[in-house]
Amino acid sequence: MISIQQEDFDPGYEQDQLSQSTGTGAVVTFSGLVRDENLGDDVGGLYLEHYPGMTEKALQEIIEEAAERWPLQAIKVIHRVGQLHPGDRIVFVGVASAHRKAAFEICEFVMDYLKTRAPFWKKETTPEGDRWVDARESDDVAAKRWNQE
Amino acid sequence: MIKVLFFASYREKLGVDSLELDQMPANLSALRELLSAKGADWQEVVNDARTLVALNQSMTRKDFELSDGDEVAFFPPVTGG
Repeated sequence: MISIQQEDFDPGYEQDQLSQSTGTGAVVTFSGLVRDENLGDDVGGLYLEHYPGMTEKALQEIIEEAAERWPLQAIKVIHRVGQLHPGDRIVFVGVASAHRKAAFEICEFVMDYLKTRAPFWKKETTPEGDRWVDARESDDVAAKRWNQE
Repeated sequence: MIKVLFFASYREKLGVDSLELDQMPANLSALRELLSAKGADWQEVVNDARTLVALNQSMTRKDFELSDGDEVAFFPPVTGG
């Protein structure tokens, strides 16, 4: 259900795995990729650090919260750590539910919460040197809106 | 004994990823005071308004009592995904 890994993943395979039940009517997947640009600077690479143990626990809590709010049938969350490069896949969230609305919402909810609650940190390599990526306020706003609905 | 962890930019700033304290502070406030005494960088890291704190791998925004064997982590806002 949750995997923190250095190696790449196969979104097609993961989607198939989520499509095994005949009670499932909708599978929504999200893949996040490393971009080659951030804040106007070229990004040559990205290093992902995390807090082993807490990362898995935080993601588990996010999934449990999603399962309380929507009819969730199956979910897979993959997050890569270590050294990555532009174009690399970095994160995957795949959700199976009976209907599309719940599947879309769960996928977005899990990504919004992952971005503000799961202990991952990005350090990017730019022509100006290496720098830790700053958290964005827009991510906080995105996560908070789920408390208002 | 309690274990204190630092991640990402804080780990680099302090040059420390973890330390073990035999001297047990009573709570988070006391732990902050104890660590702040180690220098200006430490004071900045543990008292920064944006600093996130986790007790035994769960984030918390409140003060808490400390018990033997606890793990406390200080880290900057998270940037995964």
